[in-house]
Amino acid sequence: MLSCKDVTRLISESMDRSAPLGKRIGVRLHLLICKFCARYERQLLLIRETVRHLVATEERPGEPYGEPLTEKARERIRRSLQQQ
Amino acid sequence: MLRVRDRSAAEDLVQETFLAALKSRGAFSGGSSEATWLVGILKHKIADHYRHQAREAPPEDLDLREHPDPSPFDGSGHWTSGPTDWGGNPADLYREKKFLDQFTKCLSGLSPHHANAFTLREIEGADTGEICKVLNVSETNLWVILHRARMQLRRCLEINWFHRNTGKGS
Repeated sequence: MLSCKDVTRLISESMDRSAPLGKRIGVRLHLLICKFCARYERQLLLIRETVRHLVATEERPGEPYGEPLTEKARERIRRSLQQQ
Repeated sequence: MLRVRDRSAAEDLVQETFLAALKSRGAFSGGSSEATWLVGILKHKIADHYRHQAREAPPEDLDLREHPDPSPFDGSGHWTSGPTDWGGNPADLYREKKFLDQFTKCLSGLSPHHANAFTLREIEGADTGEICKVLNVSETNLWVILHRARMQLRRCLEINWFHRNTGKGS
């Protein structure tokens, strides 16, 4: 019988590779009866989804989402390029 | 910034990218746009940055068994305090400007090793084989690192974002 501790580890692992069928079934059965682990999985997947959205928003061309370079940094980069 | 979590490191990477581009401008084929070409160089520079950090990281950071990590489980592996209900409609989280700040703070709160592994996997979207090479760890080790990173990040967001926001009454 898998404990919650085992199941959280396997949930994370399943986000990086597909586990053997036996393990997958064990985890699914556990999630049916364990509210906390089911919630844990939903939240990890939500974090993954949210990060993907953040990256996509950041990379959309013409829409600087992240922080722009400071004036100081621009000046430093300009100078170092001129030295070449 | 989202990728390296450090302003001066991010600025240095941009500078190095421009310098490298200037040196190898003859190699630019014109087959892609200049922006795409520059982003390509920048990605290489970011990977180098991680490799470098992995070499510099103190070895005790790698000793996962000794890592102080308050386990949310009791001796028999049951939750002592399970994840709480995040309520509301968290699917739209990424639209909230302040969430990105909190997320970056939580990510920076992890050990560099955990934060780098998480960033490579979830932000760069690299597969575990590549990450093992960059960070110089075994695949089994990497799964443990990612598991710890996700668990700590989830906990940090729960305390600093979800509890605070539901506390304000939503």
